[in-house]
Amino acid sequence: MSIDRFFGHLALRRTAAAFALTAAVVGGVAAAQQRDPAYASARASGQIGEKMDGYLGFVGSPSAAVKAMVDDLNIKRKAVYAQQAQAQHATVEEYAFTSGCLAIARTVPGEKYQAPDGSWATRTSAPPQRDARCP
Amino acid sequence: MQGNHKRGRCRGRKVALAAAVVMGGSMVLAGCVSVNAPDKPIVIELNINIKQEVIYRLAQDAGNTIDKNPEIF
Repeated sequence: MSIDRFFGHLALRRTAAAFALTAAVVGGVAAAQQRDPAYASARASGQIGEKMDGYLGFVGSPSAAVKAMVDDLNIKRKAVYAQQAQAQHATVEEYAFTSGCLAIARTVPGEKYQAPDGSWATRTSAPPQRDARCP
Repeated sequence: MQGNHKRGRCRGRKVALAAAVVMGGSMVLAGCVSVNAPDKPIVIELNINIKQEVIYRLAQDAGNTIDKNPEIF
């Protein structure tokens, strides 16, 4: 390995470290934000729900605005799933499904979620019906 | 003359070989087309293929991911 190459690697590592730091800061800022009011109200009113596969779904036929919002959220979720799945040496589907288990567990009474038979269920104070493999 | 004949025969063989490859290829292709038949249950099959041990391994990280991205979950 030449000296130039060696320093090239060092510079790369530094850049990677800087990126990691930036990502951590951005992550912290994101954690401080909450759900968009439109998203929160669509969830609360049961227009949309948590699906088993880790994405949001429509309970009825959505308005154009709700559809656009859900599509956007699902694309963002998929990007996060893909990134984390790679880090964990899992497939995007596995990571998304695991997240779906947890997202369904975290629904609050009144919100919709997809039951193991594929139908939409309304969350009550009882634990949600989940896939047998869910942790 | 003889050399030319030989070359001609050789070429003939190559053509025959190429034809065989093309025919073989098209047979494989034909096989693929008939295999493509299954339609809707594919997504459900993917879910079935996800093993519980993998889900348990990923659960903690997935929980952290949801916590870190509250605006999309």
